[in-house]
Amino acid sequence: MNVANRMSGFVPRTGEITIAGQVALCDPRGALFLPHLNLLVVSDLHLEKGSSAARRGSLLPPYDTGATLDRLAAVIDDLRPSTVLSLGDSFHDDGGAGRMPGFYREKLLALMTGRDWIWVTGNHDPQAPVGLPGMVAEEIAIDGLRFRHEPSAGAQSGEIAGHLHPGAMVIQRGRAVRRRCFAADGDRLIMPAFGAFTGSLNVLDRAYHGLFRWERFIAHMLGNVRVYAIPGGRLRMG
Amino acid sequence: MLLIAPTGAGKTLAGFLPALTDLAMRPKRKPGEAHRGVHTLYISPLKALAVDIERNLSRPVVEMQLPVSIETRTGDTPHHKRQRQKLAPPDILLSTPEQLALLIASKDADRFFADLKYVVLDELHSLVTSKRGHLLALGLARLRKLVPSLQTIGLSATVAEPDALRRWLVAQNPPGNMAALITVAGGAKPIITILESEERVPWAGHSARYAIVDVYEAIKAHRTTLLFVNTRSQAEFLFQELWRVNDDTLPIALHHGSLDVAQRRRVENAMEANALRAVVATSTLDLGIDWGDVDLVIHVGAPKGASRLAQRIGRSNHRMDEPSRAILVPANRFEVLECRAALEANYLGAQDTPPLIDGALDVLAQHIMGMACAAPFDAHALWQEVRAAEPYARLDEAIFVRVVDFVATGGYALRSYERYARIRQTKEGLWRVSHPRYAQQYRLNVGTIVEEAMLNVRLIKRGGRRGAMGGMTLGKVEGGFVESLTHGDTFLFAGKMLRFEGIRENEVYVSNAAGQDAKVPSYAGGKFPLSTYLAAEVRSMLANPKRWQALPEQVAGWLEMQKLKSMLPNAADLLVETFPRGKRFYMVLYPFEGRLAHQTLGMLLTRRLERAGARPLGFVATDYSLGVWAHGDLGAMIASGELSLSALFDEDMLGDDRDAWLAESYMLKRTFRACAVISGLIEKRHPGKEKTGRQVTVSADLIYDVLRTHDPDHILLHATRADAAAGLLDVRRLADMLSRIRGHIVHKPLDRISPLAVPVMLEIGRESVKGEADDVLLSEVEDDLIREAMS
Repeated sequence: MNVANRMSGFVPRTGEITIAGQVALCDPRGALFLPHLNLLVVSDLHLEKGSSAARRGSLLPPYDTGATLDRLAAVIDDLRPSTVLSLGDSFHDDGGAGRMPGFYREKLLALMTGRDWIWVTGNHDPQAPVGLPGMVAEEIAIDGLRFRHEPSAGAQSGEIAGHLHPGAMVIQRGRAVRRRCFAADGDRLIMPAFGAFTGSLNVLDRAYHGLFRWERFIAHMLGNVRVYAIPGGRLRMG
Repeated sequence: MLLIAPTGAGKTLAGFLPALTDLAMRPKRKPGEAHRGVHTLYISPLKALAVDIERNLSRPVVEMQLPVSIETRTGDTPHHKRQRQKLAPPDILLSTPEQLALLIASKDADRFFADLKYVVLDELHSLVTSKRGHLLALGLARLRKLVPSLQTIGLSATVAEPDALRRWLVAQNPPGNMAALITVAGGAKPIITILESEERVPWAGHSARYAIVDVYEAIKAHRTTLLFVNTRSQAEFLFQELWRVNDDTLPIALHHGSLDVAQRRRVENAMEANALRAVVATSTLDLGIDWGDVDLVIHVGAPKGASRLAQRIGRSNHRMDEPSRAILVPANRFEVLECRAALEANYLGAQDTPPLIDGALDVLAQHIMGMACAAPFDAHALWQEVRAAEPYARLDEAIFVRVVDFVATGGYALRSYERYARIRQTKEGLWRVSHPRYAQQYRLNVGTIVEEAMLNVRLIKRGGRRGAMGGMTLGKVEGGFVESLTHGDTFLFAGKMLRFEGIRENEVYVSNAAGQDAKVPSYAGGKFPLSTYLAAEVRSMLANPKRWQALPEQVAGWLEMQKLKSMLPNAADLLVETFPRGKRFYMVLYPFEGRLAHQTLGMLLTRRLERAGARPLGFVATDYSLGVWAHGDLGAMIASGELSLSALFDEDMLGDDRDAWLAESYMLKRTFRACAVISGLIEKRHPGKEKTGRQVTVSADLIYDVLRTHDPDHILLHATRADAAAGLLDVRRLADMLSRIRGHIVHKPLDRISPLAVPVMLEIGRESVKGEADDVLLSEVEDDLIREAMS
């Protein structure tokens, strides 16, 4: 038995967490896996963000879609979910799916083959992605958990959302370490952004006010090989 | 023409003589006649220098009643004045490389410069070694195209290789063309001493607190003293400490680049009026600025490169016939050695300006965009124009074409951005800007100085509401410094003790915290490596006990102890000491190659020790030595042959290990970020909103990762690697060192710490971990919490 189990979940050493009583695994690549549902959740892929910026004259590399899909493919390959749920802002804008180069489309379609796929709509992509299969929903409830893009105000038991791109910072030995994170308090969860070009917003920002029970808040920060659970008291703004 | 003369020889005025003569002979403009363009353009590396020259040049012009107008144009020049200058240009325009880039990128550049006769380039030796120098070289190439008869006049302090500067000043067709050279012999030799203090010289640290009273006495004994330090935090600290002992309330001021412009001007004016007894300054006052009647320069901390020292000492007694006076104040024992070496180097007249490097491609990309903003261009013609600039004389046309492609569509192998091109070819094959907003973006982002995000420091009432209006702006601090502060922490800035209240957007809120002890910002140091020459001097001084007589007794005694307890290496040898301490085993080496080189070496050594099963735990680097510690008994492993020192320090560590490490390193990411910003891939500033440095950092890192995996041959990655290879002096230093010490590594196993090892050991714990240990730190935070919970 490892230290964490003996400590009744206070500092989980694995990426295992509970949300409103349900067990979920936080993958350090930024995806959430619900074993009993065989469901993989990713949020804020922001596919085609590079080409979206290019339209405005910022010629960012056009490879972000490829990088994001490669990482998603690796996660799917490891966990073999029967359902994938993309929790909104899957494309950076409504034209994204249409702009996606052919071979990236092929790559995505290959990932979708043989499993259920749910597109939850987000503020960046309020419409269903053009020309792609999969089910589309604004909000969906599965087995006592509610999935939606934007977190609803106030404490919401069992809600899993995205949108805010949570990130956290700690200072250790005079050095700041910033990472994307799963933001959770045992009742609700906000997913990190999965996209290759997505930035993050510190969980201490005003935007998170009132969403969590702070005394039980934990930022599950994404490390290179595992997730690190850091309680709210150790986090810093910046 | 290149004019080389020591400081104080009056070379700046000499540089203007041809222009002034010409202007004096020129017939007056008749009323109603069109305004004439600029006659003489003066470019200096510092805004302050341009302002200073305006003062010094206006005086004789007014006295001689010459009909000559002189104006400055810098980033600080108000918009309406710049507009007016475009319509009615002054005869002599004093400016900076960035402003030149903007001027030649405007549509009426040909008219503005139509009457240009001379370009005077001040402090050329310091301009040409950087990307700013590349930008300036490209600007000069364009001026030569606009005005083929243009004459350039370069002003420089003494340099090791004047021929490089001579080529730089003239068009490189034919290649190797050189400007004429005039050299003025040096004036009186400076009188330099090392501060002799009764106090104990510390083993480590950079504050020089021990010497404050002696420094204060020296200030009292002179009319006006300039005190130079290496970093801003040292300046703040020294200023504070001087005022603590300033019983005579002498007017002592502070001057550094982070202070608010208005505060800096006040100090400069007071200085010019001889109203100050001392100014504590960083490199903002470094170059040939001629203020007031300085009769003493005090340098606190190690002066690093010998030419830096010469430059700084040139500040005092700005007259050729009188010797300058300077006092060096070493902050620790190793600095005593370095100061001694620097002092002897200065008498020998040794110079060490870094070698010129080939023009950077990110700067070229910026220039190409600027040229498209000025007028549609033909790629082949622009390539030929650019090649006339010395840094780009060896530029391949194929590479040039790739850079044009980068400016147009990003230059990606995946060609999906044709429809978003920023510049497009016309039917005639000329490249032109595809939308006016790209020209605006260019103008907002011009320049090659990519600084860490700076935050405004605003003084509010203690506990005052953040974001409330008002509060005086004190200046700017680095974001990296602020993030280490928590509410209530105190620190020194702008000569004040401040309490950190909070951050909001790009403002730091502080309140007065008089009477409290400051949490002094850690010394960021190590920016300037010891010059190769100086490092060699320090090594040979260590090896030769006869030379210790020149050292203060306590420092000589320290070396005697080292000889007794351990050993002192020969000048050609690298000493490696090993000893146990606590539950760990330490290895300390003394390469004297500067902190950056040592950090790189530390990173590579720990990788190798890991593979050798020595279980390294960490390392710490100073300017002089490197300490590594491990679980494994390093001394025993070396003694038994289990660990081979020659294998450990084999030169191939710079091949395999370095490439693997470099690709992942923070350093390369930062280099990439600079290239991405300079080349225009990422905007520093966007019309309407300012991006903060933090946002730039995040996205640049993400872009780097994606680009490296998906387009490893991209032109910007080439540019980044070239920068890393050429710009990272430390890697070359390391390569030279590794080849030098082959067969000269001396291992000294000890059962306890040696006197020479004390300074680096004192740094352990004080030093934050550098490198790629982010995950280690996160796991430490978790472990701390577990320990807390379990105890």
